[in-house]
Formats: sequence, structure tokens, C-alpha cells
Amino acid sequence: MAMLTVDNIDVYYGAIHAIKGISLSVNQGDITTLIGSNGAGKSTTLHTISGLLKPKNGKITFEDKDITGMAAHKIVGMGLVQVPEGRHVFANMTVSENLEMGAYLRKDKEGINKDMADVFTRFPRLLERKDQIAGTLSGGEQQMLAMGRALMSRPRLLLLDEPSMGLAPLLVQEIFNIIKEINATGTTVLLVEQNAKMALSIADKAYVLETGRISLEGTGKELLNSEAVQKAYLGG
Amino acid sequence: MNSLRKADLKAFVAAAVIFAVIYGLLQAEVIGAFWELNLVLIGINIILATSLNMINGYTGQFSIGHAGFLAVGAYVGAIMTVKLGFNMAVALIAGTAAAGLLGFLVGLPTLRLNGDYLAIATLGLGEIIRICILNIDYVGGAAGLMGIPRLTSFPLVFWIMVAILFFIKNFKNSAHGRACLAIRENEIAADTMGIDTTKYKVMAFTLGAAFAGTAGVLFSHYFFIAHPASFTFMRSFDILTMVVLGGLGSMTGSVTGAIVLTFISAALADFPQWRMIIYSLTMIILMLYRPQGLFGSKELSMQLFRSLKIGGKKQ
Repeated sequence: MAMLTVDNIDVYYGAIHAIKGISLSVNQGDITTLIGSNGAGKSTTLHTISGLLKPKNGKITFEDKDITGMAAHKIVGMGLVQVPEGRHVFANMTVSENLEMGAYLRKDKEGINKDMADVFTRFPRLLERKDQIAGTLSGGEQQMLAMGRALMSRPRLLLLDEPSMGLAPLLVQEIFNIIKEINATGTTVLLVEQNAKMALSIADKAYVLETGRISLEGTGKELLNSEAVQKAYLGG
Repeated sequence: MNSLRKADLKAFVAAAVIFAVIYGLLQAEVIGAFWELNLVLIGINIILATSLNMINGYTGQFSIGHAGFLAVGAYVGAIMTVKLGFNMAVALIAGTAAAGLLGFLVGLPTLRLNGDYLAIATLGLGEIIRICILNIDYVGGAAGLMGIPRLTSFPLVFWIMVAILFFIKNFKNSAHGRACLAIRENEIAADTMGIDTTKYKVMAFTLGAAFAGTAGVLFSHYFFIAHPASFTFMRSFDILTMVVLGGLGSMTGSVTGAIVLTFISAALADFPQWRMIIYSLTMIILMLYRPQGLFGSKELSMQLFRSLKIGGKKQ
């Protein structure tokens, strides 16, 4: 069952035609990944899905509801939550305050406390630093915080925009393990990555984006073994 | 919740004590007419600074057109009492509502702008309001609107100020206030957390403008006249200076900034040529040694004193 369907969308930045008729679908329970080089339109696609950008043409459907052009905050309320690229934590708030902000749309105090405890179990490092100002965390910790904050809103579909950006290899591995865990507990994931090898190795389904168009699609394994992908993105 | 109420009660008692002392001194004529005028001005400036702080400090939208909303309140209030013969209560409500409505209408399109662009747009707005007033003969044009009765008194200013401070304090601690702070910290992140960023930016802007309108009504009904020259962009900068001096995002900071700068300005009344120099020097020194303002974004509270005391004992 497709949870999210993107049907032939066009997105412009002023006169620049950034996304040229992209279609993709994300199945419930899967990890789907979108890979491609700089400027291919990966983040633009995510921003359009989460409502931060509006497509000129095309249609986006989430759980059978048309969300094309809907305001970003309403889309979050429907259970589709984005972790923006470059982490974007609330730098002057503490770690726990950041997590509380993640539950902004929720009213169930007990559920929020429980989810906060879950986030701390999943990211023990955040627990150690729960009263620390978020801006003073390391890059990896900020990424964990941004992901933890998104989880606080109980997403059914989590959009991750380059979670490995600027992180040391060991941390990248850790982040990817966490993505797999999050997915295993029932959250569908749409992952945008430049780190193609890592992304493909955990993806059920994958799309390759090239200058605003989808050039290849298949299962993660297929693309990992595809010659074209290996040449272009995997350095082999 | 209970402790919150207790703190409110304490603050109210403190306000009553401050009021009693100042009012007593005024009645006993220990404080003369000149300083009475400045006490009223301090009250009005506190309203202006804390309301601008809602926009610039809490929500992080850099607005520098506050004098425009002050002017709208001053003139609309004066029209109510002078031209239409209403009483002060109606003038206060009308002035507040008019400035708030204008803030809402202007906020919707301009708050899509960020940083410098919003600053320029609001600066322009303040000037547009002033120049419009300058050219409306109904309100006296360049000569100003004269013959306004003095309906503002120190007690009125003081208690309206207390009410507004109480409102702003509660706003900051509410879910709405949290949303505004989140927008200031990071607008994209706030958006992806499900916060309707446009709604909260417009809300803070509208409330800030409305309170500036209240201040305007009090202002014109104390000084007998509403004159376009009182609402130039220099006035906007005055208010902004108070907010920055106290610390963007700190309500007690804005209050302190308003008191300190109004006081300096009054003390230097006999040396007008020194006023701007001292003003500028204060700002330069502050920016060099304490760029976050006197209080940063923290609030001055009894808790802060207590933690200082405990810290002192430990050493």
C-alpha cells in the first residue's frame, strides 16, 4: 500500500525549473531513499512534500488525502514530519525544551512523557545532556536531537534530509542504525542522502535523482549493484 | 500553578507598594511637576518597549516602525475625545483597536519578509503613517491636533502599564509564547514542528501594535496635543534602543531600558546637545561589552536574586 504518492510534480524557484515532473511512492513500513548529487533536487522534493514549498503542477497524496499545497503546520498534524537538513535545532533552548517543542501539537501529557522517555532510551546521549543548551551540542548530537524532536510528534511518516551530513563515519553508522530501529518500530521513513552506499544498504526502495528528474528506481539492493549507480555515486 | 498564582500576587503587592510610594511623594509634592511628567513618560515608554519586545524580542521579527502605531493610537484616541466627545475609556479602546487592526493588516503581507527587509518595510510604514497624518486637515495637519483634554494621570498610566505587563508575562509563558520563541530560535524548525508560523508572527505583531496604540492614547491625553513631529522614525529608534539596552527578549530588561533611558533623557533636559551623545555612547559601550543587552533574554526575578545569594554563600 502506498502511504505517500507524489504524482508528476513540478517545482520552480522563481524562473528556475528545479523539479521536472517527479513521481514517486512510499510504501507503509518501508525505508525509501532518494539519492543524487548536489543540486539534483532532493531537498526540494522533501520540502515540497512537507509543505515548505508549493508545487506548480502535480499532486501529492498522503494516506489517501490530497496534501498538495497544504500549509506545513497542517501536514505535521497529519503525521508527516520532516527533519530538516542542517539539523535546525532551537539553539538557545535546552535539549528537553527542544523535545517538548516536538510535541507542540499534542495535548496528552502522559503520552508525551512516555515518548520523551523513549527518546532518551533511544538516544542515551541526549539524556546525559538534557539540561544543556542545544546550540552547544556536537553535530552528531544535534542530529540526534533533531530526530528525537521529530519523533516526539509521533510521526507515521518521517522525512529525513541528509542525516549523515558533516558527521564522522562512526557517527554516520550510528545514525543509520537508529534509522533502522525507528523504522522497525513502525515508522515509515523517506530518507534523502548523498551517502548513497549507506542509504541504499538500508533501503527497501530507492530512487536516483538527477537534475530534477528521476533517472533510476528499484529496490535498494538492485541499485546498490547497478553499474550506473556504482559509477556515478559509489566510486566504483 | 499554585506557585504561579502566588508569584502573581507578590508582583501585584510589589506594584501596589511602588504605586503607593510614588503617589504619596506626588501628593506631598516632594516630586515636582517636571518629574511627574517624566514618571508618566516612563510608564508610557515601558508600555512601548515591552510591546515592541513582543515583536522583536520574543518572535524575532525586526520591526522599527513602532512610532507609527503610537501615532495611530494618539490620533484615534484624540479624535474620540476632541471631535466626537467620547470619554477616555472609549478613546483607549478605540486607539488600541485601531493600532491593532492596522498592525494586523500590515503584518499579514510584510511578515513574509525577513530580517533587513522587514526592518525596511516597517520603517517605511512608520513614515507613511506620519506623512498621511501630516496631510489630513481633519486632524490639524502639520500644526497637530490641539485642545486635547488632559485625561491621562499618573495612576491611570501606572495601572494600565501593570495590566499590560501582566498580559505580556502570561503571553510569554503560554503555548502561544512558546511558539513565538520557537519562531525566533529557528523558523524552519518551528514550521516542521507544526507551528503555524505566519499566524504567530501576525499575532505578536498585532498585539505589539495594539499596546503601542494604548500608549499613544495615554500620550496625547497627557500632553494636550498630538503632533506629527512626535512620531518620527527617531521615536521608533528611541523605543528600539530601550529594548536592545535591556536585552532583546527580556520583559524586565525592556522595563529597565525604558526607565534608564527616559531618566537619562530627563536628567539631560537642560543639555539637549549632550543627550544624543550620551545615548550613542551608552549604546556603543553596551554593544562592546554586553551585546546581548543588560539582561540578555533572561528575566529579573526573585529567583535570580536567590540563586545569586546561594552562589555567594558557596564561595
